Amino acid sequence: MAKARLMQGNEACAEGAIAAGVNFFAGYPITPSTEIAETMAKLLPKHGGKFVQMEDEIGSMGAILGAALAGAKSMDATSGPGFSLKQELIGYAACAEIPCVLVNVQRVGPSTGQPTAPSQADVMQARWGTHGDHPIIALAPWSVRETYDVTVMAVNYAERFRTPVILLMDEVVGHLREKVVLPEHVDVYPRRKPKKTRAEGYQPYTPDDDLVPNVADFGQGYHIHVTGLIHDETGFPVGSPKITEDSIARLHEKIARAGDEIIHTESSFMDDAEYAVLAYGGTARTAYEAVRAARAKGIKVGLVRLITIWPFADKVVAALAKKMKGILVAEMNYGQLVGEVRRAAAGACPVELCGKYNMQAFVPAEIESAIDALVAAHQ
Amino acid sequence: MRKELRFSGSGGQGVITAAIIFAEAAVAEGKEAVQSQSYGPEARGGASKAEVIIDDKTIYHPHVETPDLVLAMTQKAADKYYKDLNPDGLLVLDEELVPNPPDFPHIVRVPITKLAIEEVGKPLFANIVALGALTHLTGLVSFDQVKDSVSHRVPQVGWDAVEGK
Repeated sequence: MAKARLMQGNEACAEGAIAAGVNFFAGYPITPSTEIAETMAKLLPKHGGKFVQMEDEIGSMGAILGAALAGAKSMDATSGPGFSLKQELIGYAACAEIPCVLVNVQRVGPSTGQPTAPSQADVMQARWGTHGDHPIIALAPWSVRETYDVTVMAVNYAERFRTPVILLMDEVVGHLREKVVLPEHVDVYPRRKPKKTRAEGYQPYTPDDDLVPNVADFGQGYHIHVTGLIHDETGFPVGSPKITEDSIARLHEKIARAGDEIIHTESSFMDDAEYAVLAYGGTARTAYEAVRAARAKGIKVGLVRLITIWPFADKVVAALAKKMKGILVAEMNYGQLVGEVRRAAAGACPVELCGKYNMQAFVPAEIESAIDALVAAHQ
Repeated sequence: MRKELRFSGSGGQGVITAAIIFAEAAVAEGKEAVQSQSYGPEARGGASKAEVIIDDKTIYHPHVETPDLVLAMTQKAADKYYKDLNPDGLLVLDEELVPNPPDFPHIVRVPITKLAIEEVGKPLFANIVALGALTHLTGLVSFDQVKDSVSHRVPQVGWDAVEGK
């Protein structure tokens, strides 16, 4: 068994990426994500990969898309201000179906905000930051070890669905150091390969059975055209209503049909629970402590933790709402994912917000008080 | 056995590094440990605080609430961070840099920076001297393990600082 190490969340992200086969990283360092770039700069060359510190955030995102098209598994890491700048190219990657992972270690915004302070206020931006109809996968780890696992998952999903995947970390987990034992082996999803030759009539954007196209990498001998315009199976733009409709539907459907497989949640103390706290990322650690304290007082409350933020766990939340007397959503923002929880709960039970946005991470007593208030209001 | 420690000072004094090494030593001895920090946007001179929690069970909430020990390397840090100390806890102060000890019953004053200058040659090693003091005062990790953890992080000269050479 591997040895226990004290490791930081951001370091675990970099190591997970390398384990999953990432061999190209372009970035423009920004607090609180900088250690990801630092660790990549140190480790990637030793694993035969390339690290490039780019001139800015947009250039970094462009570089990872280019590298991905040339066959690399690629990643970039940033925080809020950089995440805003990269939105256009996230859309490009969604439309042109370019596999890539973008890490956003969230900090307080808007704008430059509070550079070193924790936040979870980019949750909706991760979903809708780029324009147009598009699906997205976003994952939020709560521990250093899970950051490693979820980074591997993010790289694998990017490859499997040929889509941008957002690793939605927060400062609490990104900068946290804790004891980890890393796995000796991880399952890696390989780059998808063309199943036909040019002579057999290969078209780069012909969807496979799982609706994902096997776009050849540049340099493999195929003629490839890549564009952010809506395109047909040849990869060239077309002005057809039918192809436009089919393309947008397919982008959504390729991920939606795998929903149950890629939507990860975890429940604690839920067996006999009458109330639930729903949380994600670093906040879930404090929520766990609050739930445990409330349990000690005799309150039947449990914790439901979202690991996959997008696609949203509609079915999990809908089923939960039917069983609970009330749900409390704890998040480090003015109220973002709580709206999705209310939508999915569809009035089956009350959904209250415990939000925090003052530069400081939650303390257990704050969530515990909110649990008390939830119970008092909804007996 | 949850024990909460806070290392505080100003940016550049190395309190975060000291906290990391302390947590590394705990992990090497098989304990659960988490380490976190908060600091301003400045590279040097702003307030700097690092926290370590050591337990024999999984640690969920990762931040210190009631520290069992506070190390303060500046007067400002001492004044700010002693307040939420566990009443039975310990306040460890740099003797020269904290000339006015706060009103707290359990204070240990150590000439940390002075020892670093006089015994090791540079104020830069104050954090390692502090680490030696905390190892002795807490008994949470063994001296040999801390020495080993320091040697993984810093060159020989810092290693000497721990031994008070």
